[in-house]
Amino acid sequence: MTDLLKIDRVCKSFGGVVANDAVSLSVPEGAIIGLIGPNGSGKTTLFNSIVGYHPIDSGSIRFRGEELSALRTAEIARLGLLRTFQQTRIFGKMNCVQNMQISVPHVGDSFMTMWRRFPPEVTERAESLLKFVGLYAKRQLRAEDLSFGQQKLLEFAMALMNEPKALLLDEPTAGINPTLINGLIDRLKRAHAEFGITLFVIEHNMRVIMNLAEYIYCLAHGELLANGTPEQIQNDQRVIEAYLGGH
Amino acid sequence: MGNLEILVEAPIFSVQLLLDGLLVGAIFALAAYGMALLWGVMNIINIAQGDFVILGGYVTLTLYNAGIPALAGVPVAAIVLFGVGWVIYRVVIFRVVDRDLFISILATFGISILLQQLMDQIFGADIQSAESGLGTLFLFDNQVTLGKVKLVAFGTVLVVGAALAIFLKKSRMGQAIRATSQNARAARIMGINTDRVYAMTFALNAAVCGAAGALVVMTWVIQPFIGLAYTIRSFMIVVVAGLGNIAGVVAAGLGLGAAEQFAAFLLGAEFQIGFVFALLVVILLLRNAVLKRKRQVLK
Amino acid sequence: MNSSTRMVLSAALFIAALFVPQVPALQPYLTQIAFLWVMILFALTWDVLGGQMGYNSFGNILYFGLGMYATAVIQRDLYFTVEEYANVAGGEQAALTTAEYLFGLGLGMGTGALLAVIVAALLGSGILGLRGHYFAICTLGLGIAAGELASGWDYIGAGSGLVTPLLPDALGERGPFFYYVFLILAVIAFLVLRRLYAGQFGLAINAIRDDEDKAEALGLHTTRYKTVAWCVSAFFLALTGGAFGNLVIFIDPTDVAFAGPTFGVWMVLMAILGGKGTLWGPVIGATVFHVTQELFWTYLFGWQRVALGLLIVVVVVFFPLGIVGWMRERWPKRFGEVVDAEARKAQISLEGES
Repeated sequence: MTDLLKIDRVCKSFGGVVANDAVSLSVPEGAIIGLIGPNGSGKTTLFNSIVGYHPIDSGSIRFRGEELSALRTAEIARLGLLRTFQQTRIFGKMNCVQNMQISVPHVGDSFMTMWRRFPPEVTERAESLLKFVGLYAKRQLRAEDLSFGQQKLLEFAMALMNEPKALLLDEPTAGINPTLINGLIDRLKRAHAEFGITLFVIEHNMRVIMNLAEYIYCLAHGELLANGTPEQIQNDQRVIEAYLGGH
Repeated sequence: MGNLEILVEAPIFSVQLLLDGLLVGAIFALAAYGMALLWGVMNIINIAQGDFVILGGYVTLTLYNAGIPALAGVPVAAIVLFGVGWVIYRVVIFRVVDRDLFISILATFGISILLQQLMDQIFGADIQSAESGLGTLFLFDNQVTLGKVKLVAFGTVLVVGAALAIFLKKSRMGQAIRATSQNARAARIMGINTDRVYAMTFALNAAVCGAAGALVVMTWVIQPFIGLAYTIRSFMIVVVAGLGNIAGVVAAGLGLGAAEQFAAFLLGAEFQIGFVFALLVVILLLRNAVLKRKRQVLK
Repeated sequence: MNSSTRMVLSAALFIAALFVPQVPALQPYLTQIAFLWVMILFALTWDVLGGQMGYNSFGNILYFGLGMYATAVIQRDLYFTVEEYANVAGGEQAALTTAEYLFGLGLGMGTGALLAVIVAALLGSGILGLRGHYFAICTLGLGIAAGELASGWDYIGAGSGLVTPLLPDALGERGPFFYYVFLILAVIAFLVLRRLYAGQFGLAINAIRDDEDKAEALGLHTTRYKTVAWCVSAFFLALTGGAFGNLVIFIDPTDVAFAGPTFGVWMVLMAILGGKGTLWGPVIGATVFHVTQELFWTYLFGWQRVALGLLIVVVVVFFPLGIVGWMRERWPKRFGEVVDAEARKAQISLEGES
């Protein structure tokens, strides 16, 4: 497998606080990779660095061989690398179908496509993806009227609508009704299998990540602490200490 | 730009412009200090800021016309405007504090229009000023003139600014104001009556503007419809200096005052207000361009 | 109200509007009624940014004044030199033939619109990078700076203003002529905006309003959409301004062309009053406001701006949704919004296959 995303010695600090210190990792094409670590270990900062939310201090981030660190968020998204937010973000005053429609891939947009109406295929695809995440019955509701968990599912569906090559998910199960978590894991796996999307997932729920990911990286204090298969990580003494031993 | 030659040939003119600019800039800084306080504590940008200044000027003018020395207008204008601010808070502002920012901008814009026209109706549209009768200093072989009142005004700015800073630092109310500005919810949980804090902040800001207005009418002129320029000046100073940075506010205020004097001299006085507003656009764009390199935006 | 009845109603309104100048009783008020279409154009163009995109601009008046001056200057310079014109302006000597007048007006308005679009594109890439109150106050500065500049520029008459050529007799009275000009402009603007809001453009600027960072994270060309939105707005405002100068004949830099404290504020107020972010809201808001405003000017002369200030505060504080927005909250179904209590309560399930 080739590396879809390759992160090489990325450093990022805010003021004097080092959030990422020479983090290197790689996400092979077609994989499901997990990223874990205690609170404040720099997971979300790393995600933000990858998708261009802030410039990095040093290092390199390559997606399909292309350097990302000089690109802006929207350009990176159009390359096919998308992220979802820990604090779910959707377009509140628009209904679910509209949220989906505007999430179509924008890579080929030109001044002419700005004016177009959405073709029926787009609406059909939007509705079928809403079915996929169980929101079809609520498709005409304003997104702000959905519960937090439902918004999270909507955001996931919007990401799928965008047809990314890789999806960075920031705590996809946080705030989701526990009875839905198994279903969500199933949907994530199916998105991976059926749409061929590479997944890179931050997750706090150990049961979820061990079930989902085939390979896991663990961050602590901004540095890469350990990496390995779920079994290796589960039995890694350093990981256990990082989680239990505090600081 | 013909006047540029004059500056080159007679550099002493620069001293005159600089001195005038710095002294008037101090008054801008005072109004900006109030705006920064309001912005920081209540997250409101008060478009009527400049109209409060002008209203303070008219209060002073009224006293002056009644035969009372203009300098006495400083405390009186502050007290009157404190009351005006309190009433405006109780009637309008408390309804917009926690709402969309644009609602507060537009509401204060409405207040600004209302105040302008009220002042026009009551005091007339003429340009007016109050003579301090303090006389003039002549410096550098009489080449530079300096109204003593400007020095007095400068001193007053320092006193008012220092008083406000000490109030915020030492008094119980001041501490409550600072606590609320850092985290209004936490302050509420700790038992601070944030509604009172907001009312106090809004009224205090109005009082500061009132004092500034008294100084404006003594050192310069007032007119019912020039308030907006003071609002924009305050806003600009705060944008350049940042919230909660007194030294920065003073520096930016003095700098703006000086820049305006030079611009008015070089471009012609008719372009001075245009210069202020154009400068605002330029400063915001520059500030945003700097942030953009860090992939942030002004918001 | 379904879409076909709405269509019939709109068509009936339009046909009625076409016949207004033929009604003898309305003849004396034609200029005021023509102003109504101008107001609607103000509110519609403001709402593109303010309502649909969430960028509250106080500076759109810039494009209005720009179009007005561009048109007047072209009308003047086509047939006169500046000195000649200063001597004859407004008088009989300045009379143009119908063809000359229409050519000058058309070329002027076209050039003004083009100029406004160029300026909007240039300014937009910078100023639309600002958000929230920074954008609002920056645009406020923009409008006033333009007025101050125009007041000091001799070529366009500086503070003493500029007079536009008179309408040739063959074209009839100014009132009816410009009534039709503005009616047509308003209808075209309405239809164009309706079409734009129905497609990707509309959803994209709505998305920018709701969460610009998210829109960017999805790969939208946000800067492009924002700039184009401002250009659309500027285009129609400049055309309006070009014709408006010819309707009022005399262009004052700060009271007519770059009239921030009046027109500039009215646009915002009308759109909010009617309901920002809706298609009909600005139209209704402009109509209600125009009637109120005429009353203010008639019965409260001298105090009209006090009343205006009060009106702004009251509308913004107590009625921020506006007329259409309020109706939409009250009768959502009539606005095509499905508020199915069942759908809202429905438990979602991810078990098994879907």
